[in-house]
Amino acid sequence: MKDLIEIRWHGRGGQGAKTASLLLADAAFNTGKYIQGFPEYGPERMGAPITAYNRISTTPIRVHSNIYEPDYVVVIDDTLLTAVDVTAGLKEDGAIVINTTKSIEEISPLLNGYKGSVYTIDARKVSEETLGKYFPNTPMLAAIVKVTGIMSEEDFIQDMEGSFKHKFAKKPEVIEGNMNAIRLALQEVKKIQ
Amino acid sequence: MSIRERLSGNEATAYAMKQINPDVVAAFPITPSTEIPQYFSSYVDNGQVDTEFVAVESEHSAMSACIGAEAAGARAMTATSANGLEYMWEMIQIASSSRLPIVLALVDRAISGPLNIHCDHTDAMAVKDSGWIMLFSETNQEAYDNMIMAHRIAENKDVMLPLMVCQDGFITSHAIENIELLEDEKVKEFVGTYKPEHYLLNKKEPIAVGPMDLQPYLMEHKRQQHQAMENARKVIADVALDFEKMTGRKYEFFEGYKLEDAEYVAVCMNSTAGTVKNVVDNLRENGIKAGLLKIRVFRPFPGDLIAKALEGKKAVAVLDRVPLLNGTGGPLYEDVVSSMFTQNIMVPTINYSYGIGGRDVTENQIHKVYEDLQNLKDMSNPYRFLGLREQ
Repeated sequence: MKDLIEIRWHGRGGQGAKTASLLLADAAFNTGKYIQGFPEYGPERMGAPITAYNRISTTPIRVHSNIYEPDYVVVIDDTLLTAVDVTAGLKEDGAIVINTTKSIEEISPLLNGYKGSVYTIDARKVSEETLGKYFPNTPMLAAIVKVTGIMSEEDFIQDMEGSFKHKFAKKPEVIEGNMNAIRLALQEVKKIQ
Repeated sequence: MSIRERLSGNEATAYAMKQINPDVVAAFPITPSTEIPQYFSSYVDNGQVDTEFVAVESEHSAMSACIGAEAAGARAMTATSANGLEYMWEMIQIASSSRLPIVLALVDRAISGPLNIHCDHTDAMAVKDSGWIMLFSETNQEAYDNMIMAHRIAENKDVMLPLMVCQDGFITSHAIENIELLEDEKVKEFVGTYKPEHYLLNKKEPIAVGPMDLQPYLMEHKRQQHQAMENARKVIADVALDFEKMTGRKYEFFEGYKLEDAEYVAVCMNSTAGTVKNVVDNLRENGIKAGLLKIRVFRPFPGDLIAKALEGKKAVAVLDRVPLLNGTGGPLYEDVVSSMFTQNIMVPTINYSYGIGGRDVTENQIHKVYEDLQNLKDMSNPYRFLGLREQ
């Protein structure tokens, strides 16, 4: 891992981009890293494009601005590909991870000539199979952990189990589904470019 | 050993309040400070504090309730932002003139209008001369540490003034970052118990709080308030020393970052300072002697120390996170230049209005500041805007 990894999340209001960025910060924190997790709050309404950010570093983080040249971009909703310039500033030695069922031929024209790695995952399928509902953020979290390699899959699974036990203390019935979503997502994310 | 955690600035502030366990918290929600009373009320609900939580119907009432509680002899706290602080304005003055050491968490946000919920310092600057001690915080860690130190300063018998701890709305209040927390017992011991000398519920000494104060005495009372603010300087320094002994974390009136041998200096407060530090390091690598002066104690203003620290510099830029609407400079600029002037220290000093309404403050913008400082020729108009879209 590089000394500093910067990640930008694109989602729509209600899809959990903010929560995913905070969970990623949590997971990286638990591996001993310095972290930042913060959303860019705009007009908060369901469906509006929203952005969230992560910095993960081996040294203390001082900068307090948004991320303009991310190492990685996560796109939680592929309808954003035509609405937002998701590859803006994205480093070519980094990667973009997109929740979609589309092929590289369909996606490529929407990435503004981005030459770096492209990963996709059908987070809807993963979520509906494991949770019975569409919550794309948990599978996307697993996907970005795998793509960045910020921690081993085993450590991540163990850590998330702890997080979910805490987060869902009052509804333990959803823990297993979320853990299954993570395990399945780790297998389902595929490099297509 | 301290506790390694990751918390947002709001979480860190609420956590400090839990450890302080004040007698009374009275608050009304307003973005971006809402989470502070929200988290705190859950501590009340869970029985983790024995605070009386007063869910008031407005910020004016929040400050009024704190005034009543403090006057009665209790330790009272609140939190607010922007228009909430404005709505408190009348009572803000009553709190300080009644010498009630209320502690307030201010999560800085632009004052309407037009409506904007994001960070700038217009709220804090609107109460800068109200007789409150004002501490500013770059990070969640500093917001937490300042809060732990707050009561020891405010409640000192030579001070007895209210105090607000300021941090940047959303930028630190809502960002999760690493933090070192103290153990509950250590905080309890450090903060101590509030034992007011005079209070309403002391039946052995009947007193009046806030009575009429006309020509014969008001001026003398204001002189005493002035003296209390002067006395706060030593107390702030003493408390910081004790805090350093406990934590190893050093706090001064301001932080100089590569300041001593710097030729070009930026002066600012709160979260922007971290971004400036990155730029200073970058410029130093390229042989440019850049430095930062980050103000922590804004009230009482450490003008003489700041002026001396800036003496002999080639050029200084003061960054005010407020719009310039007064036909002259921003509040921080005016304080810095008048402090230098009174000590006969003359350094070309320019003023930027920046980061208004949450406009993102980037390293590029800060680079522009140091670029301007290196090419400073025309001082006829020292007032500038940073990060403004001119077209």
